[in-house]
Amino acid sequence: MADVSIVGTLSPAAAPYFGWDLLRDVQELFRYAFMQHAFEAGTVVAPTAGVIGYFVVLRGLSFAAHGLSHIGFAGATGAVLLGLPPIVGLLAFTMSAGAVMGALGQRLRGRDVTIGLVMAWSLGLGLLFTALYKGSASRAIGILFGQVFGITGQEVAVTAAAGVLTLLALVIAYRPLLFITLDEQVAEAKGVPVRGLSIAFMVILAVAVSEAVQVVGVLLIFALIVAPAAIAERVTARPSHGIVVSAGLAVLFTWAGLTVAYYVPYPVGFFITTFAFGSYVVARLLSYLAARRTVRLRGWRAEQVRHSP
Amino acid sequence: MAGSASPSIVAEGLTAAYGDRLVWQDASFTVNRGEFVAVLGPNGGGKSTLFRLLLGLLSPAAGSLQVLGRRPHRGNPAIGYVPQRRDIDPDLSIRGRNFVHLGVDGNQWGVAIGRSVVDASQRVERAIEAVQAGAYADRPIGRLSGGEQQRLLLAQALAGEPEMLLLDEPLASLDLRNQNVIAELIASLAQANGFTVLLIAHDINPLLPIVDRVLYVAHGGLTIGKPEEVITTERLSRLYDAPIEVLQDSHGHMFVVGLEAESAHHDG
Repeated sequence: MADVSIVGTLSPAAAPYFGWDLLRDVQELFRYAFMQHAFEAGTVVAPTAGVIGYFVVLRGLSFAAHGLSHIGFAGATGAVLLGLPPIVGLLAFTMSAGAVMGALGQRLRGRDVTIGLVMAWSLGLGLLFTALYKGSASRAIGILFGQVFGITGQEVAVTAAAGVLTLLALVIAYRPLLFITLDEQVAEAKGVPVRGLSIAFMVILAVAVSEAVQVVGVLLIFALIVAPAAIAERVTARPSHGIVVSAGLAVLFTWAGLTVAYYVPYPVGFFITTFAFGSYVVARLLSYLAARRTVRLRGWRAEQVRHSP
Repeated sequence: MAGSASPSIVAEGLTAAYGDRLVWQDASFTVNRGEFVAVLGPNGGGKSTLFRLLLGLLSPAAGSLQVLGRRPHRGNPAIGYVPQRRDIDPDLSIRGRNFVHLGVDGNQWGVAIGRSVVDASQRVERAIEAVQAGAYADRPIGRLSGGEQQRLLLAQALAGEPEMLLLDEPLASLDLRNQNVIAELIASLAQANGFTVLLIAHDINPLLPIVDRVLYVAHGGLTIGKPEEVITTERLSRLYDAPIEVLQDSHGHMFVVGLEAESAHHDG
């Protein structure tokens, strides 16, 4: 299993091919259990990542989210060393770190240097744990870059449960979370528990990051948590629409990445990040062109008003 | 709810402190319903601290305080609060309308369903109309001008259907024309709805035509009175314990001289 899933590349005996018979293609795609599990995990993880990512981008916590996943690497490799499933270590480390970050609250802003140093040290710690484990380095590479094609049915079930809980927590916290994100002072005066909610948010984020690590790995987390939300922000200025667009894009990138990686012998992480990055570039280009058009239209209208009698 | 005749704010021997650090002490004053009070004083004198006490975010170190007939408590729906103008990120991709919406139900858990959705959007619409912000309420708030943002933040406070407005420097960083427009807008809203208004300001001049009384927060104490009573050479000199002169030009504009170091209210 581990050999099949190193960095997510596939080398099945009979190379699958993509034809023009869509039904056959879909059947082919889901012929193997590992492919079904990959799609199940991806479909659970992606919307969670997309929804929480919207708040991450809005709260300016992209780098903190990135930092969380790196801290998770130390946890995951540590768990492997102790003979535990990596997800246990991931959750333990990211949730504790998330709680600390949440408690720091506003003071976390602009702490790039501190977060970066903790990140680097966590990777170093993970490296040490990997060396101490003396096993195959493929476990570590899988955690760094994702091992979605190696995910087991049991892991899918755990991930699904975590995903549902994360989404449920976000639905409950939706309005107060938006309030403290956009207008913390008024939210506090209106009775929203700002500090408690900030900590809760970072803990929920830690769970979402740990889930996403199973699909794209520690290093490529931006593709699922930040990219879809950043695109959604450019597409719409309505929070409810933004969240739906973000979740939809995350699912799209994951499905597209998994599908292409099944037919092409290159890592799935490469394809997911490529779809995410490509879409972001297109979104920026489109919003730039739209802004230019608006400016020109306004100028034209002003001209009309000036010339009208 | 207390009868409409009872005062909005009653403070007796009120003292504000952060831990051991005393901000001001022994303040006794009453603000009546529907009154428009300008809160003036030097930076760091404790104007915003007064708001924190009224909002229930800070407990009195001594003395008693009643707000709308009750002890102050956090989350009081009868108070509309606009904090000192925050710098809104110009890239923030959130419509002004969504900001206003937070004033209706931003503090409620879960997502809105059923009739409450319609009710909420009607309240948002009314608040936006009240501040005449309909033309740009659907644009990203970061792209709007300071005056437009101020109107929408005011609408957010109105959307909560308050009885009292606490406005912290709503005229700061607005140009002179907009200062007058926003001040008049606040005054007409207050009159139409019977709001009690406490408004923190640096410059009394845009407010002179509309304020009932002035509350001065300076040098550890509070003084309240009509503008012509409080803003005088003698009163301010005593309040600040420094030689201060109040001048008036032919338009009735007041200039306070001697407070430059305190950046009080001569920058209008």
